[in-house]
Amino acid sequence: MSTQQPSEQRADSVAAPSRFPLREVVLFTALLAVVLGVYAMMGTAYSTRMLVEASCYAILALGLTIQWGYAGQFNAGVMGFVALGGFCAMLFSVPVNDAFWGTELPGELGRVLLYGAAAAMLVYGATKLDRLGVPKKLRTVIAVALAVVLYLVVISLLRGVTGEIQSRAGFIGGLGLPAWTGWLVGGALAGGIGYFIGKICLGLRSDYLAIATLGIAEIIKAFLKNSDWLTRGTATVSPLPWPTPGPSELGFTLARALYLSVTALMIAVIFFLLHRAYHAPWGRMIRAIRDNEISAAAMGKDINRRRLEIFVLGCILMGIGGGALASFNSIFDPNGYLPLNHTFLVLVMVILGGPGNNLGTIFGAVAVYIIWIMSEPLALFVMQLAVSVGEGAFGWEPPSNLDSRALQARVFVIGLLITLVLRFAPQGLLPEKVKHHG
Amino acid sequence: MNELVFFINNVIVAGSVTGSIYAIGAIGVTLVFSIMRFAHFAHADMMTFGAFMVLLLTLAFPGVGSVVGLPTPVVMLPLAIVLTSLLAVGIDKAFYKPLRAHGVKPIVMVIGSLGVTLMLQGLIRLFAGTSAQNLYLGGERKEIYRLELPFELATRPVIVTEPQVILFVLTIACVVGLHLFLSRTRLGKAMRAMSDNPDLARASGINTNHIVAVTWVIAGGLAATAGTLLSLDVTFKPDLSFFLLLPIFAAAIVGGVGHPYGAIAGGFVVGFAETLAVFNWSVLLRPIAHHFPEWLELPRNLAFVGTEYKIVVPFFILVAILVWRPTGIFKGKVI
Repeated sequence: MSTQQPSEQRADSVAAPSRFPLREVVLFTALLAVVLGVYAMMGTAYSTRMLVEASCYAILALGLTIQWGYAGQFNAGVMGFVALGGFCAMLFSVPVNDAFWGTELPGELGRVLLYGAAAAMLVYGATKLDRLGVPKKLRTVIAVALAVVLYLVVISLLRGVTGEIQSRAGFIGGLGLPAWTGWLVGGALAGGIGYFIGKICLGLRSDYLAIATLGIAEIIKAFLKNSDWLTRGTATVSPLPWPTPGPSELGFTLARALYLSVTALMIAVIFFLLHRAYHAPWGRMIRAIRDNEISAAAMGKDINRRRLEIFVLGCILMGIGGGALASFNSIFDPNGYLPLNHTFLVLVMVILGGPGNNLGTIFGAVAVYIIWIMSEPLALFVMQLAVSVGEGAFGWEPPSNLDSRALQARVFVIGLLITLVLRFAPQGLLPEKVKHHG
Repeated sequence: MNELVFFINNVIVAGSVTGSIYAIGAIGVTLVFSIMRFAHFAHADMMTFGAFMVLLLTLAFPGVGSVVGLPTPVVMLPLAIVLTSLLAVGIDKAFYKPLRAHGVKPIVMVIGSLGVTLMLQGLIRLFAGTSAQNLYLGGERKEIYRLELPFELATRPVIVTEPQVILFVLTIACVVGLHLFLSRTRLGKAMRAMSDNPDLARASGINTNHIVAVTWVIAGGLAATAGTLLSLDVTFKPDLSFFLLLPIFAAAIVGGVGHPYGAIAGGFVVGFAETLAVFNWSVLLRPIAHHFPEWLELPRNLAFVGTEYKIVVPFFILVAILVWRPTGIFKGKVI
């Protein structure tokens, strides 16, 4: 226990607990005014859709704020985990494809997967050969050779089966279960991948985690895009059923409002749990590790294990949020997952809103998403203006693909925003409240 | 024998080409890492920027190449190198230096460099559009050299294109030049000193700001070279950076971070691993297929991964090296 006097309280203790949350109130009032303005201008159906998407992004942003804000781990591959969530939502909720399940193809696929499992066990066994007295070098050679040969055998069998599925049944279809099962499994799958990445990278410098997550995101996207037998690839799967009654039964506004209440409930639950965890001893330990790793280790905390825990937790949230987003858009399009929309937008939401502050993150998510959506017509308008000025003054002939180029201007703005926020407001609009007990 | 020629064309030549490009890219990344201690994600976009500058200059001065006897883009390369170096120094002054002055953690610098990545990408796509463009403009075309092998059984030639020859020459020039710079000149020695121990370097009177600027000039120049050569070999695409980042970082880490010679080796390791993994091995096995037992049927496609999953290869290498030897094969120092 520290014996500090109140007069010696450190200057960086942001707030006493009893302070009136003026900044929060002002910011959220402004946000509410903007949302109402959008409702008045764009109509209820459009605005509700925007809010649902913003709430899905808020779940993603909460996942990233755990990783970056609580623990200081930078995940540059949010897109991959979002895509995994979307894939699981698709796989579980799309109706059963009888053209696949009615034939002998599921058996074939299962057989190949069993071969794969058996091959993996054989290779694992080969790595343990040194227990039987085989020299270690020889064991490594045997294990590597066995892995290469068995991999080639299994992959060529798998190629045969998947090609057959693609030509005869299109794709394997879904399982016909409710959408929320897909969200949960998507979260679990994203957590599993996160565990694998975290296990490798979290003991090393934080840069390696950024590189590895960037890579895994591109790999997940490449896999989903090219596995036509599993996801129909670029042909996209739609419509995905909603967990709530769809627009055909209730009309657009009401159906979307119902969906919004589901996502809002999810955010409320996640927010409550995170709030409790943050103020619990566990949260203090996480912050202690973030702020001073060496002294936390000296206090006997298992740093790598805690880091892994929090990284996996963040990935699970991203998977769930990605599932909710894909279900709402009612289409699974692997090509639609872009680093800009699904990684960097989330990053801007977190660092602008306030990393480590859940309320700030939610504020950032909604505010940035509204700006993002509204900037599309704005960018087109500015581009049109530039063209008309250019044509009038210089007789300049505009290139044909102007619309797609105008949207690229938003890439620039997002990048500029990231660098500016890091430079001038690294704490975000609603900074994390650091309490000093003393 | 034709199978062997096929192997040479698809693995030896293609692997050296990608390997050289990754190597030149990885040298830049590893230099920035060793001097400024952060993973510079905007490097791949500096490569794209360099190639874009070459494209613009080639559009502005077509036909210069025929005077010299080289393709116009290659003639324009030095100018593009200068421009990209200026851009790199400017980016450092505008974005990284304030962050450094604030004493932020390296990971914040990484995020800052991602912001720079997006800005560069946005600018390039705004001006260049989103489609692929060929750097060979205005009637110039790639020379293709067919080398006949002096064996009776080899009827197919080994194929090398002109940009590939230029690539090999320039890679060797870059590597030798860099080696001489780092080992012989005062500035190069100062750079190595700073990468070993920045505080000690500063204490012994080395102007670290100067060194940082020189590093950016070198990194920018190398990035422009690599980007242009890649675009010459295939086409110029504004969005190649995200596919280049992973192989380049994998190469830098395989070679040992902060180790320029390691980065060269790492680049070739990653490049050859990629081409070996997508190569269809059943082509090589086919001539000896009649020796196999009856029950063993040779599948038509025996590649490790399809070309669409090429990006898995550098990731696999990255994971393997991080698990077994995080310091890289040449024992990099920063972990």
